[in-house]
Amino acid sequence: MIKVKNLKKSFDNKPILKGISCEFEKGKTSLIIGQTGSGKTVFLKCLLGLHPHDEGRIIFNKSNFQQMNENEKMELKSSIGTVFQGSALFDSMTIEENVMFPLRMFKNMPFDEMLDRVNLVLKRVELENSNKKMPSEASGGMQKRVAIARAIVNNPSYLFCDEPNSGLDPKTAIVIDNLIKEITEELNITTIINSHDMNSVMEIGEKIIFLKNGVLEWNGSKSNIFKTDNQAVTDFVYSSNLYKKVRKMYLNNS
Amino acid sequence: MTFLHNIGLYILMLQKMFQKPTKWRVMKDLILKDTEDTVVNSLGIISFVSFFIGGVITIQLALSTTGSFYPDYLVGYATRETIILEFAPTIISIIMAGKVGSFITSSIGSMRVTEQIDALEVMGINSINYLVFPKVIALLLYPFLISIAMFLGMLGGMVACVYGGYSTMSAFIEGIQTDFIPFHMTYAFIKSFVFAFILATVPSFHGYYMKGGALEVGKASTKSFIWTSVSIVVFNFLITQMLLG
Repeated sequence: MIKVKNLKKSFDNKPILKGISCEFEKGKTSLIIGQTGSGKTVFLKCLLGLHPHDEGRIIFNKSNFQQMNENEKMELKSSIGTVFQGSALFDSMTIEENVMFPLRMFKNMPFDEMLDRVNLVLKRVELENSNKKMPSEASGGMQKRVAIARAIVNNPSYLFCDEPNSGLDPKTAIVIDNLIKEITEELNITTIINSHDMNSVMEIGEKIIFLKNGVLEWNGSKSNIFKTDNQAVTDFVYSSNLYKKVRKMYLNNS
Repeated sequence: MTFLHNIGLYILMLQKMFQKPTKWRVMKDLILKDTEDTVVNSLGIISFVSFFIGGVITIQLALSTTGSFYPDYLVGYATRETIILEFAPTIISIIMAGKVGSFITSSIGSMRVTEQIDALEVMGINSINYLVFPKVIALLLYPFLISIAMFLGMLGGMVACVYGGYSTMSAFIEGIQTDFIPFHMTYAFIKSFVFAFILATVPSFHGYYMKGGALEVGKASTKSFIWTSVSIVVFNFLITQMLLG
């Protein structure tokens, strides 16, 4: 579980996050949504420790991130898997080497054991027999799956995904969304996804956090999002005609 | 202010390079890869440039020292001094700032743009140690490249001198051996080590701290070449003043 209390972050005296408090539960997929510039990437990077926050607390399983010493931070970071927006695969390494990378860095395992683990996770993301391919030879969807495999190879306790299906066609995006949800349930981990894709929200959003101008404007479940009266949320959710129709149908049915 | 800020940031980068070291079994592979990229892959261009520039230096020296007033061996002597003291360590380093420096800046810069450095940091890896330290170790072999440049420069000079009809081979070799001061080699190798450190760290700094996209990677490479060359020229002056002045 991750608890965030009154998180604030500014760049050049310009406040980006204005006191966000929320909780992310274990075994659930939480989505951070909001318009471009709402502060969701900064929020995610603060949670990941890439941006040091100015005020507030981030608590990973009762341990305050800011009060941890270097070794504790290192241990925590080795239990975090991250899927970046552009996959962030190491382009000088093969798919196998990319997935094996966290094991080589953090585990003292014999090579064969590491290879078995890599093959297992590659099979889990349906990429068996792609070991020797370079990332540049893989499609966008494949790269995302390799990034997921690399993120889970170490059996993480937390999984962070920054717009995992951006740039993918709708069908592949659903495959990636479902894969993340299944992995979250299988490994019973805390998963946080940063997205502005309403399909993802409807597909896997067990808990939704809506940010607007650096403030937590609304949070709830995907079923509540259709009932809310919050103007900012409805403006965001129903910005497309498709969702306007979905809402109409939903309200008529209920 | 930006200049002072960058110098401070560069010093902090050097400090961070020695903290939280990467596992040896990973570091060993990185060092070997960087040795291939920076040293082995530079052998061709360094050999080519050294041989021909050595020839040009000799022809120019021969043309300006013709006449009975000058001894025959002078061309060989002057070629040796020029190549050992200045051409091999300094001019080759400026060429390497273009070749290796741009490579280092663009490879690290591309990693920054594609979030690969963020991926390392998120995993709890000291990305500066992971990316910069192996390059510094790999470039410890740089004086080996400089020795090859010295040898081929003098060989090119001898070929140009003998086949151009400016002097005989025995006079050229006599010139190379005349009044040899071993400390000049020490001076050249001390310079080479300092330039190797500059070649590894200044381009890494420009790649690591770059901001923006693909266009900025190109701009960072250009900037890195300029600052690496400036640093080499300034340190060349300081080292020469300290050791020979």
